[in-house]
Amino acid sequence: MVNMIIDGKNVSAPKDSMLLEVIRGAGISVPTLCAHESVSRSGACRLCVVEIKKGNRTRIVTSCLYGAEEGLIVNTKSDRVLNVRRLVMELLLARCPESEVLQNLAKEMGVEAQTRFVADSDKGKCILCRSCVRVCEEVVGVSAIGLFARGSRKTVGTPFMEQSDACIGCGACVYVCPTNHIVMISTGDKRKIWGRKFKMQDCSKCGKFFAPVDQLKFISKKTGTSMEDLSVCTECR
Amino acid sequence: MTKITSAQALRQVQEDLKKNFDPSKKLVTICAGTGCRGYGCMKVKEELEAEIKKQNMDVEVRATGCFGFCEKGPLVIVHPEKVFYQQVKVKDVADIIGKTVATGEVVEKLLYRDPNTNQTVLREEDVPFYKKQNRLVFGQNGLIDPTRIEDYLILGGYSALAKTLSDFTPEGVISEVKKAGLRGRGGGGFQAGVKWEGSRKAHGEPKYVIANGDEGDPGAYMDRSLMEGNPHSVLEGMAIGAYAIGASEGYIYVRHEYPLAVLHLTMAIAAAKEAGLLGKNILGTNFSFDIHINKGGGAFVCGESSALFASIEGRAGEPRAKYIHAVERGLWDKPTVLNNVETWANVPLIINKGADWYASIGTEGSKGTKIFSLVGKINNTGLIEVPMGITLREIVYDMGGGIPKGRKFKAVQTGGPSGGCIPESLLDLPVDFDKLYEVGSMMGSGGMIVMDDKSCMVDVARYFLNFLQEESCGKCVPCREGVRRMREILDDICSGKGREGDVELLEHLSIGVADGSLCALGGSAPNPVLSTIKYFREEYDAHIKEHRCPAGVCKALITYSIDAEECTGCTLCSKVCPVDAISGEKKKAHKIDNEKCTRCGACIESCKFDAILVK
Repeated sequence: MVNMIIDGKNVSAPKDSMLLEVIRGAGISVPTLCAHESVSRSGACRLCVVEIKKGNRTRIVTSCLYGAEEGLIVNTKSDRVLNVRRLVMELLLARCPESEVLQNLAKEMGVEAQTRFVADSDKGKCILCRSCVRVCEEVVGVSAIGLFARGSRKTVGTPFMEQSDACIGCGACVYVCPTNHIVMISTGDKRKIWGRKFKMQDCSKCGKFFAPVDQLKFISKKTGTSMEDLSVCTECR
Repeated sequence: MTKITSAQALRQVQEDLKKNFDPSKKLVTICAGTGCRGYGCMKVKEELEAEIKKQNMDVEVRATGCFGFCEKGPLVIVHPEKVFYQQVKVKDVADIIGKTVATGEVVEKLLYRDPNTNQTVLREEDVPFYKKQNRLVFGQNGLIDPTRIEDYLILGGYSALAKTLSDFTPEGVISEVKKAGLRGRGGGGFQAGVKWEGSRKAHGEPKYVIANGDEGDPGAYMDRSLMEGNPHSVLEGMAIGAYAIGASEGYIYVRHEYPLAVLHLTMAIAAAKEAGLLGKNILGTNFSFDIHINKGGGAFVCGESSALFASIEGRAGEPRAKYIHAVERGLWDKPTVLNNVETWANVPLIINKGADWYASIGTEGSKGTKIFSLVGKINNTGLIEVPMGITLREIVYDMGGGIPKGRKFKAVQTGGPSGGCIPESLLDLPVDFDKLYEVGSMMGSGGMIVMDDKSCMVDVARYFLNFLQEESCGKCVPCREGVRRMREILDDICSGKGREGDVELLEHLSIGVADGSLCALGGSAPNPVLSTIKYFREEYDAHIKEHRCPAGVCKALITYSIDAEECTGCTLCSKVCPVDAISGEKKKAHKIDNEKCTRCGACIESCKFDAILVK
């Protein structure tokens, strides 16, 4: 265990924990958009920044990636911290003016849109948190989507934005997306995602369409479970 | 070359090379750096060789690394008299060989002429551009054919490595480098010895040393010239560093836009391995060290350490949060020392001549020399190596020869795109790491872009922010989105759409972008804006409040007209105007139609009478 002072309170925490968890454990709220429990952390959104003091040196760090340390003094609400968070929200609101998630979060944080910025119309609701890319690589294991280009042209998608053979249509990316940017439409025996149509498997017991055939084939290949066994939906299993 | 298996054998090889070298023999060196190659120096070299053959002479022509005085290339020196010829063309070769080489007669028209005194200068060291330099690191460039290891050995090359292996413990090397006070030449200015010590003590195997040759600042090319011109000095420095930290593998990360550097490094590594100066059991000791070259795609952000590691590892060049330092977990999460090319090239000097000698050069906090690329609105463009602490005034006026066309100096931008602009009032600032930082700029890798009164400082800030927003990797929000928004506001100001409060907003955004960004690219991106606001606020105000660009650069805020008094009606401007905006009769004053004029500047360049007015 290590002992720290967070916003004036003494807090102890396991040595290998991250500041974000320690701070939240102490009942202090910290906004985040890119730290999803299912994937590794990238520190991309910068909302979880806090100010730390070690010796005489203070600096701004992302609490999602900074490990708990003995003697650390943490300020989660300093002017510098709040200024970064406000800037990040203003920038994201200008990038994704349609996002309700961002609007609600901004309201909670007391941040209003910066009117000097011209709102984007081509970025959808994507804030480039990269949770979708990480879940596809780390959890699903197919790496069907990735990031390409750099700077403000950076985009998430399948290679060359073409239909991807690697994608199994599982929808994990949709599940982790914090702003509901990724569109997945499932109707009857069809599912559409990332520009590709998937055939859905009907449950051999109840007849309900429950998963893309490609996903079940992928699971079958990976686990050795027969397609027959996998053709039963989770509710009927 | 046969394998050298001991320090003693290395000395013998060096002695033998010296014995076979006759210093009184004629030798013609020609600068063959990338700049001079652009001027066509390789054709001159071929002609020199052909002419020597024709005259049946026994004279070596040696294509060396960059001499530094790029403004005046191609450069040729005739040894042993060291006669310095500049802007040499193929047609001049017959004179050089027929007169200077054959009889010692000097070809007056090829000598450098000092524009201030109108006197010609015979030797390189007497040219004002070189006079105040102290070319410790860069000096051998002009003597060595970088494709021949022998040229490096004859000058005492690899002696420092031999000395390290025989006289120093790894800790001893580290304490020597710390004592010398060598700070990283790549931008951060971190104490190299402290970095090495951290890596030596860090747990984890294997350990790596890396040379950062991802020189991405517009206008900076000192690392390229070192890699091209004296690759063995970089390899030797790296080998010493590897011994100090306990690494057996190293990488040179060099951008693929530097093909000559890649070629010369590749040849140098092969030659050093063959000679037993790299590879297994170097100089017969237990120390083994190998170097790989990694060609980068030329992304500016890959100069940042963690992005550079990602790139070597085969991933996209994006930085990661560095809460555990690279000396403990760097490349492949192993202890890694990453130093800039120039930093590595300093290391052999420290070992050869001692930390005390090294620390006697420079200022209190910045030791040794620094190579700067002096570019922009300056008479003598080129690379200069000067002791730390020299003033900007000496650099701009004594070495740089001042501003072309007698224009007024306005600012010098140091530290690359994320550096700052330093105004005339600070010209007497001694240049070192700390002083540059104090005035809102930085050393960076040593770029110096000089600007005259025709440079608009708002436009300059806009240019650098545009560069940075394009080079941002796009990972974190403050850098990707924030720098873009700042650039958009600067775009507005430059096109006459600036609003009251924009300057304050830019300052405010700067704080958030600097504080919130993941890596140093975003962290220092606001510098060009902040430093131009600090020193040239009145230019911002002129753009925003008066819709006026005082320097006459921002197209939306200026109009062209023709001074009827000066115009002779030569019609040249109307011929070069791409949009037919200029009309008038021959020998009578012309007129510009401002509706049609795109303010491209073609007329200004063509007018011999300075009759085009910009307001």
